[in-house]
Amino acid sequence: MKILTLLGLLSACFLANSINIENSAGQFFSSGHTNNWAVLVCTSRFWFNYRHVANTLSVYRSVKRLGIPDSHIVLMLADDMACNHRNPKPATVFSHKNMELNVYGDDVEVDYRGYEVTVENFLRVLTGRLPPSTPRSKRLLSDDRSNILIYLTGHGGNGFLKFQDSEEISNVELADAFEQMWQKRRYNELLFIIDTCQGASMYERFYSPNIMALASSQVGEDSLSHQPDLAIGVHLMDRYTFYMLEFLEDIHPASKTNMNDLFKVCPKSQCVSTPGHRTDLFLRDPGSVLITDFFGSVRKVELTMDAINLTDPIKQMEENPVNGEEQKEVYSYADQLPVSEIIHQAELLLFFFPGSCVLLLFFCCYFQVCPCSLIWTQNRKLCATSTNRCLCAVSMVTSLSVKCNCLPVSVWRGHHEIQQKG
Amino acid sequence: MAITEVERRRGQLAALSIAAVVIIVGVPLWWRTTETYRAWLPVSQIKDLAKLQLHLSADVEVVFARGTVTPEQQKKVPLTQTQDEEHAVDEDTTLRYRYETKYRTATIMEEDALKKPTAAEADLSLHVLSESPCGSLVVYVIPESSSLLPEDVNVYIGQRRTALVRISAQMRVGKTLEQLLAHLEPRIKQVLQVMSFSHTDITVALSDRVRFRPGNKESIADSMRAFKSSPGYEITFSLLNPDPKSHQLHWDIEGAVQTYIQPLLTKLSPLANFSIDSQTLYYTMLGVTPRFDSSLEAYTLNADSLAHVINPVEARLGSNAASSNPVLNFLLYVPDIRHSPLYIHDHRKQEVPSNAFHSPRWGGIMVYNVNGFYGSETEFPVHVNINMAKVMGVFLAQLRLLLGVQSLSPPPGFLVAPCGSTGLADWELDRLMWSRSVENIATATTTITSLAQLLDQIGNIVINDNIAQQVSSAVTSLQLAMAELEVGNLGFALQYSKEAILASEKAFFDPSLLHLLYFPDDQKFAIYIPLFLPMCVPILLSMLKIVSEARQRRREKQAKKE
Repeated sequence: MKILTLLGLLSACFLANSINIENSAGQFFSSGHTNNWAVLVCTSRFWFNYRHVANTLSVYRSVKRLGIPDSHIVLMLADDMACNHRNPKPATVFSHKNMELNVYGDDVEVDYRGYEVTVENFLRVLTGRLPPSTPRSKRLLSDDRSNILIYLTGHGGNGFLKFQDSEEISNVELADAFEQMWQKRRYNELLFIIDTCQGASMYERFYSPNIMALASSQVGEDSLSHQPDLAIGVHLMDRYTFYMLEFLEDIHPASKTNMNDLFKVCPKSQCVSTPGHRTDLFLRDPGSVLITDFFGSVRKVELTMDAINLTDPIKQMEENPVNGEEQKEVYSYADQLPVSEIIHQAELLLFFFPGSCVLLLFFCCYFQVCPCSLIWTQNRKLCATSTNRCLCAVSMVTSLSVKCNCLPVSVWRGHHEIQQKG
Repeated sequence: MAITEVERRRGQLAALSIAAVVIIVGVPLWWRTTETYRAWLPVSQIKDLAKLQLHLSADVEVVFARGTVTPEQQKKVPLTQTQDEEHAVDEDTTLRYRYETKYRTATIMEEDALKKPTAAEADLSLHVLSESPCGSLVVYVIPESSSLLPEDVNVYIGQRRTALVRISAQMRVGKTLEQLLAHLEPRIKQVLQVMSFSHTDITVALSDRVRFRPGNKESIADSMRAFKSSPGYEITFSLLNPDPKSHQLHWDIEGAVQTYIQPLLTKLSPLANFSIDSQTLYYTMLGVTPRFDSSLEAYTLNADSLAHVINPVEARLGSNAASSNPVLNFLLYVPDIRHSPLYIHDHRKQEVPSNAFHSPRWGGIMVYNVNGFYGSETEFPVHVNINMAKVMGVFLAQLRLLLGVQSLSPPPGFLVAPCGSTGLADWELDRLMWSRSVENIATATTTITSLAQLLDQIGNIVINDNIAQQVSSAVTSLQLAMAELEVGNLGFALQYSKEAILASEKAFFDPSLLHLLYFPDDQKFAIYIPLFLPMCVPILLSMLKIVSEARQRRREKQAKKE
């Protein structure tokens, strides 16, 4: 009897396993997305806002670990903490005290840094209205089958988020930006996480479908930081993101944890503030949404069943020497400064003004016997007295040699033309 | 008293004139200087486009071979029939399909072509005789006694735009023409569904406008797999060699691309521009450890772990950073010597013959085992020449799937010819052109209507002249594209739809269309009150004073009268 029950249990196990495989295959297509994007923004600068940069970098680390490649992550950091003058350990950003975990690593690709993190740039990234010269790594190239994770952190208030200590983004603008994204079908589903004071006010105004939002505190509450590190001298992380990071460390790319577990992260006892979430705009039930739908990048895969039978041999491309020579275009740099022409002009000068010629002109002008009557009439007044004449002759020669080096050429040409006409 | 009267009068006039200047000159000036510049948009035409009525028309020519119609019927045969079908997809979108069928008898040359021994040769010689324009079909009706088609096959679909239909036994001589036509109609309709457009294809192409959830898994997978219509695509072929110490791989990628892939891309050039590049990556491992299967003496990757293969590799791939076009990646992975040979198994633990898999909207990966090329005694590294024909066969099949050439299973009794050396049959190209035109038109109309709606809703976006011009040109191209689709000129319709989508995307994503900062109402009051209130208070008070004095005077006058 016992053997029978054992056998029965074993067979039930096998059945359940096979059903599971079918289910997991079916679940691949239930979420409706084929790629994942992440937009991670830290909006504060200055050394004492170290924790905001550490927040963003720890989410970046989790997201990369779970599979989203750098080409699909837009990371915006408003200040550089790793290379800050006040960082006692340069090139590191720690998230746990006693310097346990360095979230900066050696594989961080920051797309918008420093003063590039502005409200305008953030909205441009979301709506896609970037100037044509923007490189691919700074764009959000999502399509209608992309799940996007948006993480904002910094200082905020009731209905706004502060950027760079000089401007703000309001919840109405954010809601409008998401609506524009929806109109252009730039996302399939959107997960919005915000870790600021009074964060819940930022998702109050959303009205586009398929958005799920989480915030670290309700309106009227402050989000608090977790723990300071005495060696570095600042608070290292915010509480909500710290506990979220701990939660995410347990997730691996194949895990089946769903969103309901994420909602339970950081209860009031740990966080002091009350985290909130909003799921009324989301079409699917949060219990069926996997964490890896947003934080990871599990690709859908299909097996290729057919292949095309190709029978032609590969065409050999022969290098025809004649064609090769014709096709070779010789490229050269355009002259920025026509040095050769200048030297050539100087040579022209010397050619037309050999030393004897200069002396001849000088004496002609001094003795008022000028080869060209034009020069004589121009400088007549000046050449009244002898000293004046000397000076005038010198000035004329120098001006001639500097300015009118074309004078002899025009004389020459004129002579030439007269000859031709004649 | 008279002086104060004059002064009072002057004061009143002064107050009145100041008020007049403020209201007549100041208010309009303030209005004009604080309004945002919005160029004129053809809003009424855009509203018309919001209600999309697509008319698709296909031309079919039905040719009767000898033996299918009697001589008396032959005299009646040159005739034309038109059929209309109307579908309402949702309240804003209606579709109308029109099929124009022309019947005629075969010419002598066509009869000779139909006498060829096999269907493939007949198809080739028929194609030589006449080339049908894109979007149209020719169906040859052959008698039941013909030996062109095998026993259980009634319809043969060729590589070009022809199909051969065999009439069944009961349609022997003695029936009327109407009965013959009625018998042929469902067959021809099936042929049209396969070779031209079907309702499901068109509704899937409209998915940008119509957000609906199709029932079964296959149609979800189909709609998610192919890339959306885009003006260009980048294709990258990568050779992954994790073990250069053992294998020295050589692949003639340039020749292979020129011979096998380029013909397909040239054929697809009306749809989009393609740019190809290739690279070789060394020391790149798959992210998954394959399992050793002792029964096969080989390493296996099962289907569930394939999903985790792509991500670690993708980080190393690099991309052509010049444009924002979608990228298709085709990877050829040669396993290292410790994990050779490597086979991919499906869910039922069967080996996949092509040893390849693909990911929707990303690309494909093929595993190429080279352990068969050398013995165990050779000196490493071994020089291996990769058989590009086999590799490109798989990549070509994956490329077809990713670009949207559906490999649907034909209805029973149909035989579909294998696609030619270009990798794409003419009628498959037509199908793609139909669905791409419809998709472009749907996307462009949603873009334009949502842009108009957006600009209407958010009042403080500046609309420059170039945006208005792009919108107008997009609207014109859309109207032209829909007109060409209605007539049946598929090539022109696709071209206009591409222009429409380019113009509409340019208008929508113009960098200047960022809305000015949002000011809540209390902030607006906070700005205007310190400017205008000190000015308005004296004017208002003097107005009130004038009015109260006038009323008092009227009361005095009335009292005087009484």
